[in-house]
Amino acid sequence: MTFNGYDTGGFYDEMFLPDGTPRPEARLLVDRINGLPEGEVLRRHQAAERALLNTGITFAVYGDDQGAERIFPFDIVPRIIPGAAWDPIERGLRQRVEALNRFVDDVYNDRNILRDGVVPADLVESSAGYRPECVGLRPPRGIWCHITGTDLVRDRDGTIYVLEDNLRCPSGVSYVLENRGVMTETFPVVFEGLGVRPVADYPSRLLSMLEYVAPAAMKRPVVAVLTPGMFNSAYFEHSFLAQQMGIQLVEGRDLVVADDRLQMRTTSGFEQVDVLYRRIDDNFLDPTCFRSDSMLGVPGLMDLYRRGRVALVNAPGTGVADDKVVYAYVPKMIRYYLDQDPILPNVPTFLCWHDKDRRHVLDHLAELVVKPANESGGYGMLIGPASTAAERRRFAGLIEAEPRNYIAQPTLALSRVPTRVEDRFEGRHVDLRPYILYGGEIYVLPGGLTRVALEKGSLVVNSSQGGGSKDTWVLSC
Amino acid sequence: MLSRVAESVYWMSRYIERAENVARVLGVNNQLQHHLSGLTEEQWDPMVKVGGDEVPFRARYGAATRENVIEFLTFDAGNPNSIIACLTRARENARSVREIISSEMWEEVNRFYLFLREPDARRRAVEDPHPFFEHVRRSSHLIEGTKNETMEHAEAWHFSRLGRYVERADQTTRILDVKYFLLLPSADDVGRPIDDLQWSALLRSASAFEAYRRAHGRVAAAQVARFLLFERDFPRSVQHCISAAQLSLHAITGTPLRRFANTAEQALGRLVAEIDYTDSAQVVRGGLHDFLDAIQNKLNGVGDAITRTFFAPHAGAEPGK
Repeated sequence: MTFNGYDTGGFYDEMFLPDGTPRPEARLLVDRINGLPEGEVLRRHQAAERALLNTGITFAVYGDDQGAERIFPFDIVPRIIPGAAWDPIERGLRQRVEALNRFVDDVYNDRNILRDGVVPADLVESSAGYRPECVGLRPPRGIWCHITGTDLVRDRDGTIYVLEDNLRCPSGVSYVLENRGVMTETFPVVFEGLGVRPVADYPSRLLSMLEYVAPAAMKRPVVAVLTPGMFNSAYFEHSFLAQQMGIQLVEGRDLVVADDRLQMRTTSGFEQVDVLYRRIDDNFLDPTCFRSDSMLGVPGLMDLYRRGRVALVNAPGTGVADDKVVYAYVPKMIRYYLDQDPILPNVPTFLCWHDKDRRHVLDHLAELVVKPANESGGYGMLIGPASTAAERRRFAGLIEAEPRNYIAQPTLALSRVPTRVEDRFEGRHVDLRPYILYGGEIYVLPGGLTRVALEKGSLVVNSSQGGGSKDTWVLSC
Repeated sequence: MLSRVAESVYWMSRYIERAENVARVLGVNNQLQHHLSGLTEEQWDPMVKVGGDEVPFRARYGAATRENVIEFLTFDAGNPNSIIACLTRARENARSVREIISSEMWEEVNRFYLFLREPDARRRAVEDPHPFFEHVRRSSHLIEGTKNETMEHAEAWHFSRLGRYVERADQTTRILDVKYFLLLPSADDVGRPIDDLQWSALLRSASAFEAYRRAHGRVAAAQVARFLLFERDFPRSVQHCISAAQLSLHAITGTPLRRFANTAEQALGRLVAEIDYTDSAQVVRGGLHDFLDAIQNKLNGVGDAITRTFFAPHAGAEPGK
């Protein structure tokens, strides 16, 4: 199995130049794979998958009544990013997260950006992620967006765009760490030759950040990860991160508010919790504040939080900046708060609630990608070029009924990476989700999760929709 | 540690131990069958009785043939004591505490489960039972060994050990009880070669044959029962199991031995004392089955007390310390 005869198909290929020669940063890996004996790629691939299955790196698929768990499909060919290409991405992400954090704080406190008319107030307040309960909140150290996963894509001409920001509970970082572990075993020689920037220190950095935002300066704050439980699709990640950080993994039923503190029920009584890395949605955090039918949260938690008795990561209310309509305003936020030009461009976005934009969208449905403002996981999308007339009619109806909740973007020709398909390599479309931590400083994990649409021609990379993942190698230079 | 986590670690270990014992009984019985042609039906019957699952088995399977019994005790997810049902729950518990147990240990639990779920597992268990049940047993040992060598010997480890030993004590009484059921139809067999084979098989199912031989030589009914109940140094005897469980229980709470600060310590301490001060000869003469029954009830009481003391949600109340 070699790359001989590999076809870039007219797309931007992350590994090969249009003339079919490997990009300089990929040459060593291409030579290595081409030099392997027949059948060896497949053998290593199977060994890697077996290792993932045995470690139980699986996710549950919603709507699958078998309760089946699958391994997140993993592809053996990594995506390689040279250091010089990565550095501006990293700067751009830092800039973006800083502006987003300022925005969320402003929205719930001073409202300057709304008053100055840069972002319409009714747009913000009608966002599904806007939480009136958070007005006036002052989270520890002024940080709201502690952990952000920003999705990037590359278009045919090589430009990298920000596709969306995930500021609630972005998941997937555990796959980055596990994929790297598997890849170092699969291609040890290549690894040593290339100088790949490490990702293994992510859990330590995450823990430092969590300790940094503890409500009061303390020697060793007690930090816990709050999970909805083992039936959640990201449960593996919750337990993995807790294990790697050496902290407790708790469920709502393990927690109680007592003595004006958040406490865990232990075999020897209550123990105080200072920082909660919560992996459940705002709505389920506290039935006395948000959804009263939530069985996952802790009654009284928000009141403690408001009074600075416990820290929540991410802060409640950050979902307001997760909204795909609000997303369109991020470049303006960067100018407004930081007085800088955005380093990373947004994908041009049509907001269906603007009459002019909506007319354009409705006239061009067959060319555009239409997305609901507040869904994740690739659900509820229309990909124009791949759609049927009936689907377009349905979306036209949805847009007319709720223009606020739909945006549209041109269909990008996402870049591709060679991917193993049976006994050969074929190009498959990818995106990239880097993870950004905001604590004492803003840290960007080198690379992040490269998600790949395994189906031929597909542009949907979500794991719930037939996507897989690849290791991402950011080189030291 | 979290009460929920302690409970999961405890039950994970109990279920793994239970699965191992089902495999032990099945594996040995299968071997026994090679020696005793013509006994097929009677031979497999007690396997179902020992787990206390005779009624549901009869309703769904009818005859206790080899295939039926292996299916029921190994792969029937509707039988809560089947190997697959035990492993499914053990793995769910392990998954819910995988940040507490070591990664290596989790991986062994997961491998064990995946082995049972392999597409041709059923066929292999029926066609070639020996290596199959041997694998089940070894998987359990691998988990235990991995746990001992990779997990810190702290509170979670003690809860795991507590679960292992309470379950094993219970299983050993059940294995002994099989023999009681076996003897029922033909009391005439006592002392005949066939009886000798059965008692030897019983010892083998508890991995006790070699240790017994070294200690006592000839296989004799009363001696075997005494060995499996009271042999202090043998790791599957009831005496050994409950003493080991007691050590872990007191390591968890810090209460000195021979004292108690909660009902779990009280119930287990009483049981240990009873076993310690029982005249073994009298037990065998006075009706083994009733004695085993009483021990099983007391072990259930210990289990309930452990739940109340450590796992039950306690709104503000301090558990035993």
